[in-house]
Amino acid sequence: MRTFGRGFVLARALSSAEQGARRVELFPAIFSIFYQFGDAFAFLVISCAGLAVIFGMMGIINLAHGEFIMCGAYVTAASARAGLPLPLAIACGAVAAGVVGMALERAVIRHLYHRPLDSIIATWGVSLIATQGVLIMLGPTMQGIGTPLGSTLVGERSYSVYRIVLFASAVGLLVGLYVLFYRTRFGVIARATIQRPAMARALGVDTRRVYGLTFGLGAGLAGLAGGLYAPTMTMVPTMGATFIVESFVTVVVGGADIFLGAAPAAAILAVIRAALTAWYGQLFGQIGLLVAVIVVIRVMPGGLSAFLKRWQR
Amino acid sequence: MRRLELPDASEAPARQGLRLWLSRLEGPQTMGRGPGFWVAAALAVAAAAAYPAFANDYVVGNAAYFLVWTFMAMGLGVVWGYGGALSFGQTAFFGLAGYTYGVITINIGSAFGATWLALLLSVALGGIFALLIGYFMFYGRIKGVFIGIVTLSVTLVLETFMAQTAGPQWRIGEARLNGFNGMSGMPPLTVPWFGGDVLLYAGTTLYYVLLGMVVLVYMGLRMLLNAPFGNVLVAIRENPERAEMLGYDIRLYQMLAFGLGGALAGTSGVLYTAWGQYITPSSMGLTSAALPIVWVAVGGRRDITATLLGCLLVIAGFQSLTIYGSQYALIVMGVLLVFTVLVTPNGLIYTAMDRVGRLFGEARR
Repeated sequence: MRTFGRGFVLARALSSAEQGARRVELFPAIFSIFYQFGDAFAFLVISCAGLAVIFGMMGIINLAHGEFIMCGAYVTAASARAGLPLPLAIACGAVAAGVVGMALERAVIRHLYHRPLDSIIATWGVSLIATQGVLIMLGPTMQGIGTPLGSTLVGERSYSVYRIVLFASAVGLLVGLYVLFYRTRFGVIARATIQRPAMARALGVDTRRVYGLTFGLGAGLAGLAGGLYAPTMTMVPTMGATFIVESFVTVVVGGADIFLGAAPAAAILAVIRAALTAWYGQLFGQIGLLVAVIVVIRVMPGGLSAFLKRWQR
Repeated sequence: MRRLELPDASEAPARQGLRLWLSRLEGPQTMGRGPGFWVAAALAVAAAAAYPAFANDYVVGNAAYFLVWTFMAMGLGVVWGYGGALSFGQTAFFGLAGYTYGVITINIGSAFGATWLALLLSVALGGIFALLIGYFMFYGRIKGVFIGIVTLSVTLVLETFMAQTAGPQWRIGEARLNGFNGMSGMPPLTVPWFGGDVLLYAGTTLYYVLLGMVVLVYMGLRMLLNAPFGNVLVAIRENPERAEMLGYDIRLYQMLAFGLGGALAGTSGVLYTAWGQYITPSSMGLTSAALPIVWVAVGGRRDITATLLGCLLVIAGFQSLTIYGSQYALIVMGVLLVFTVLVTPNGLIYTAMDRVGRLFGEARR
């Protein structure tokens, strides 16, 4: 399990905020709250991006998402320890997961586009094979890589610089995806394929290839998530499970659109989670997320993005 | 795609009461009809009944463990295979009923067959909880994969909640919930008998009791599925809009089916708790929640017989794999799952039964 002691840190931050008001040391307290929020936000956005692309674009719920994350993390750790600089190693992890994803799409997922429920089961089977296969081949743990960049002091408390980098990466990731889907040729073709597959085919688009590439992109983003979080986590074959519940919750609350859905959903959930964790502890943070998902599905069946789109009109 | 065949009312001879229900043991929604099928079924039950004569008590107790799970599998078969709603959270009702059984029996003891009262209450609670969730989902018009996500969330919430109930303040009467380590020390099922209660520890007696329950539930489900209720359920699965246009309140039917599935999952939960005298939160976790889906998907969800046989076969296969090489068991399970979905989407047992049925003509629906 991930234990950052967020609750403790935020509780300290809140109480130090009270003192800060007296001592006019507001900045560190505010920074601390933003740090907690940014950490949760980055985790949700980065871990859900791959799932959101695959679900939003293709309607497939990919239960092997966690295993793509694990794949990315493992490749990142291995290549970093082989001497590659960390950013390159992370890129290696993302590419490796993307390639595996495209192979999986060709072998299994391609046959299941018309059977979304069956695709859940098939990807769950793949996830079982992957987790256990890695356990058998690479053993119960793998030597990790330490968190780089050290820490910095703001006020009286020290903060990990790498977590601030992660927050920046999450924002960068959203911007990058926006550019990819709305400013490039691939993006136009992909969106056309998703909206009107028959018409796209009639205009000469190889839709099967687009589906394959989109799935590969989703898997690659999962690999990126694994790579980015590899330095902060213990390398175990089941590490994907750490991400999966949070990323599902974000995608479902967000709905089909990544920018109108998953990003604001991650922001809202990050607040819920950080607050509940601070007041009641880690387990209640998770319970809060799950209850949020149940309520959101009931109130807004299309998720936040459908709700926002209707509200825009 | 199998055509929906509703029995023609004008042809069917008018039957009433018990005879009507018995006639529903065969029908359009269940495979197997005619003397050939029933002789085979009777032989299977006879073989199962004779089994303890050829095995020691421990092995029989283990076989009883297989039977424990069949109720949850059959319940999921009704909800998913017949009703078309993939529930990922049957283990929520399993766990709730299991914990309830523990709380009740630890508090009131096991005298005078009180364990059976506890069983009934726990199963009812599981069913009522499922009805509540079902009302929330189906009357909220939640469909498709979202049913899976809501149910999965429910079971994960329960798991997470139960996992944090460590500490003496989490107790209901005498019963400590015990957090992640789970609850233990509840009595097994007991049968009041002359000269002292018979305790149904894992062994031959429990095996017979469970076998009887499986046969009863199986027959009951056959009758229910061939009754108008089952026909409407299948109509909803095939085409919800059409079923609604024909005047059926599809929300009500799906909710009731979901409640039935929950009660059956609860039955498994109680029996599991009574079998091993313990229950832990991880019995509601992600892995546990996915297991019933594997049994039902691999066996065949569209037919209650295939579901029952598939469940027993997969659990037995999984356990023997675990004995011979535990690390490869999960891989084999995953391969089996992917293979089933890609090659025999209706399930292995279902497809096999369908083939055999075509050969003999009698096993057909």
